[in-house]
Order: sequence, then structure tokens, then C-alpha cells
Amino acid sequence: MILFDAVHKRYPGGREALVDVSFELARGEMSFLTGHSGAGKSTILKLVALLERPSRGRVVVNGTDVSTVRRRGVPAFRRQVGMVFQDHKLLSDRPVFDNVALPLAISGTPRRDLDKRVRAALDQVGLLGREQGFPQELSAGEQQRVGIARAIIARPPVLIADEPTGNLDPDLAMEVMSLFRRLNEVGVTVLVATHDIHLIDRLGTRRIHIEGGRMADGSDDGAS
Amino acid sequence: MARPDQASSRGSRRTFGQWLETWVEWHAQALLSSLGKLLRQPMGSALTIIVIGLGLALPGALHLVLVNAEQVTENIGRSVQLSVFLAPGTEASQAKALQQRLEDRNDVLEAKLVSPEEGLEDFRSVEGFAEALSALEDNPLPWAITLRPTHGLDAPELTEALAAELREIEQVDLVQVDTDWVRRLASILDLLRRAIEGAALALGIGVVAVAGNTIRLDINARRDEIEVVKLVGGSDAYVRRPFLYGGFWYGLGGGLLAWLLLWGASWTLAGPVEILATDYGSAFRLLGPDALAATATLLGGPLLGWLGAWWSSSYHLRQIEPKP
Repeated sequence: MILFDAVHKRYPGGREALVDVSFELARGEMSFLTGHSGAGKSTILKLVALLERPSRGRVVVNGTDVSTVRRRGVPAFRRQVGMVFQDHKLLSDRPVFDNVALPLAISGTPRRDLDKRVRAALDQVGLLGREQGFPQELSAGEQQRVGIARAIIARPPVLIADEPTGNLDPDLAMEVMSLFRRLNEVGVTVLVATHDIHLIDRLGTRRIHIEGGRMADGSDDGAS
Repeated sequence: MARPDQASSRGSRRTFGQWLETWVEWHAQALLSSLGKLLRQPMGSALTIIVIGLGLALPGALHLVLVNAEQVTENIGRSVQLSVFLAPGTEASQAKALQQRLEDRNDVLEAKLVSPEEGLEDFRSVEGFAEALSALEDNPLPWAITLRPTHGLDAPELTEALAAELREIEQVDLVQVDTDWVRRLASILDLLRRAIEGAALALGIGVVAVAGNTIRLDINARRDEIEVVKLVGGSDAYVRRPFLYGGFWYGLGGGLLAWLLLWGASWTLAGPVEILATDYGSAFRLLGPDALAATATLLGGPLLGWLGAWWSSSYHLRQIEPKP
């Protein structure tokens, strides 16, 4: 579902963000991406979402080699990848309903179908009944869950999350991670970047460890 | 929760009806949301609309001047006249015969015989002449024929040809036809028309630029929102649509304003112009915005606004790429 084959990423200015990174996530698999800040975790997620392109090597997501995706094809490509961000990236001037419905609205789902699906997505993250609230009225954990509801509402085959628990206390963090686990159990391929080692230890999921832009030796305990 | 592979197959089953429904929904939403955004910042929107309105009203006003000037010259055109003065000493019978001959011509609409006495009488009625004429012992005026040709102002060469032919007639002493001023007027109107076309082009570009710049500011103000929409896979067309409609609204507002300005100006000026025209014994009435002016402002405004938005958004939306 996600394949990295000898991927290098060099940013303008010469910084080597990724060096020879190779791993594969099968359909329906879940993995954590660990490493220090600046190790290259975010770069890997950006390559999966086509927010960046690899300098060398091959990135394949859901059967599509990103090098074959032209500029015009990027939006359609991104629609198969649900994204969760540390800072939520919610639209503060729109109610929860509109935020969650956004991926459906842009893909042309008829208005009359939105209501049911927004409520279903909010139900999954435990926020049913909060549709009319605005993001600022919610706690950090609730905002993060609205972000997750938005990421999953269009039922993308791939879900990626960048430090989704970075601003949350341990209990909320555990709750959010469990939510990812549940989504994974119903078939979504999940890749979560985090530096919260303690949390991962408790979950016991596969992890890919990045150090200085390289795969750390023997880090990929779920070798595929 | 449905499995993701169901989601991917659902997209391909979309019928034309569903596609159309989506399309209409998208456009209706963009149309209304862009209007809402415009109304929520009334000051900025009003400034843009005023500038666009003036940009459209100015060529419109020049066009109205032209239309009215042409109306005046049309009236003149219908009364193109040649004065044919016969040689002194021509008998009344000869003059009558010539008048009959001229009136029978195909290119002459009317030939009116003016006796020396009638000519003198005409002069007397002109202020200031009466005293000068009473000082004369005999009537110095010859017999004259005033001709109205069938052609108008637009064919000065026919008038010239007719005059040349008349000069060849034995009894004719002098043929007076002033086609020079007619020509001059025609070229002034032509110049005015070209100036208006130039001004309309320049101001049209100005309207596009104003709309484009306003849209640029709108895009900058909504940068975060655009980033998020692009992050979740909003296509360029989806992101751009509300801005195109924004340009449409600015243009429509400007067009309406321009039309109101033209209509208001001609309504205000109609009274004084009528008084002036009556003073000159003319039936001239000021024409208000015609179909061309109305179409140009009410359709051209939205079109130019849309064009400016398209131009600006093509460039500026490309600059915004999500940087999570």
C-alpha cells in the first residue's frame, strides 16, 4: 500500500532529509514512524501525501508511483490519503460540520448525503452532537478528533498522521492512538509519525525508526 | 465503517444526473459564498466596485456623447442644401423653367425658387440686417434656387458632383455648397469614435487589473483556508471557483453602478439640453444609455471582473502550496 524504494530527499539548499530509505507497508497494515525531531519523519509523510517529491528512488502509494502523478493529478491523488496534523489544520471560521464535510464537498458528494456521513464520522471519534460547534470552542483533544474525523470521512485507503498526540496529555494521547488502531482494524493502512516512545511501547505495533534521514539498523521490527 | 475499497468503486458508478447535481451544487455554493464574503467586508468591496463602476462609466459616457453627436449630424444630414444663385438679370420665366428642370432630376428631392424679393425679406428678418438693407437703393439679390438633394451628409462626393454639374448651366452664377465643414465634422466624429475605442480598451484593462488585484488580496486573506483545502485534495478548479465568482460579483456591481451613473447623468442633463435645443429651434432630445451601453456595462462588467479574477487566481493560487 505504501512502498519506499531507495528514496532520497534533498531539499533546496542541499540539506539531505532522507538517505536511501526503503520500507513497505502492506494493505491494512499499521506502523509508527519514530525518531527525533528533524530525523526525517515528516519528510516521509510529505512524500506519501505528495506535498514533496523524492529526489531519487521510488514512492508508490495505493499502487500509484508518485513520479507518474502530474501537477493536475495531485488533488485526486491526495484524496486517497487521509491526513492528520499536530496542529489540526481546521478552518476556525467554520463549524465542525463544515470542517469534517470538506473532503466530501470537494469530491462532489451531494449535499443530502453529507449529513449522514458527517454524523457517522463524528460518531467514530466520539463527538456526535458537536456538529454546530466551532473549533475554538473545543478542547485540544476534541479538535484533534475533529481532524481525524475529517481525515477518515471520505474513507481513504491510507491514513497518515504527523505527531497527532504532540499537544495532548497521556490519557488523550492514548485515546487518539486507540482510535487509529480501530481504524486500522477495519482495513485502513495507517502510518503515524511520533516521538512518544512510551505510548508505542504500550501499543506494541510495528515501528520504523529514522535517524538522521536514514533507516536505523534493525529498526523495522515488522520487516515485510 | 465501510471498507476503503468500497469507497473507490463508488466513485466510478456516478451517473450523469449525480454529476450534474454536484456541478450545480458546487457552482451555486461558490456563487453564494463569494457574495456572502463580499457583503461581509462592505468597505473594501464598495471601493473596488466604485473603481470598476467609474472605469466602465467613462467609456459609456463618451459613447453617449458620440451617439448624441451623431443624432445631431443626422438631423443636419437630412437638410443638406445647395444654394444656386442665378446670373443677375435672369428673367423670372427662365428661373422658373430652371427650377422645374432641377426638380425633375432624380438626385434632387426638392428645388425651391427664391425670388430676389423673397431673398431680401429673408435677410430683413435676420437681426441687424434690416437697417443695412434699407440703406440700399435697389435689390442687389439675384434669383436663387435652394436644392435639397436625395443623398445626405454621408455622401459628400455626390453633393460635390451635383454642384459641379450645376455650375455648368449657363444661367447659374454661383453654387454654394459647404461640404468642407461636413467633412470636418465627419472626421471629428470618427476621431471621437476611435478615442472612445481606445479609452474603452484602456479602461477595460484597468477594470481587469482592479478586479485581479482585489482577488489577489482576497486570496492572501484566505491563504490558510486555501492550504487546508489543497491538503485534503481540493482541485485547482474547486479552490479557484469562489474567487472567479468573486470577480463576477465585483464586475456585476461595477456594471450596475456604471449603468446607474450613465442613466442618472442623462436624466439630469435631459432637462437643460431640451431647454437649450428649444432655444435653437431644434427638436433635439438627449438620448439616454442605449442597448449597447447597457449591454457593455451590465455584461462587460461581470465578464471583465471574471477575467481579472481568472488571471489573478491562476497566478496566485499556484503560489500557495500546503506546508504542514
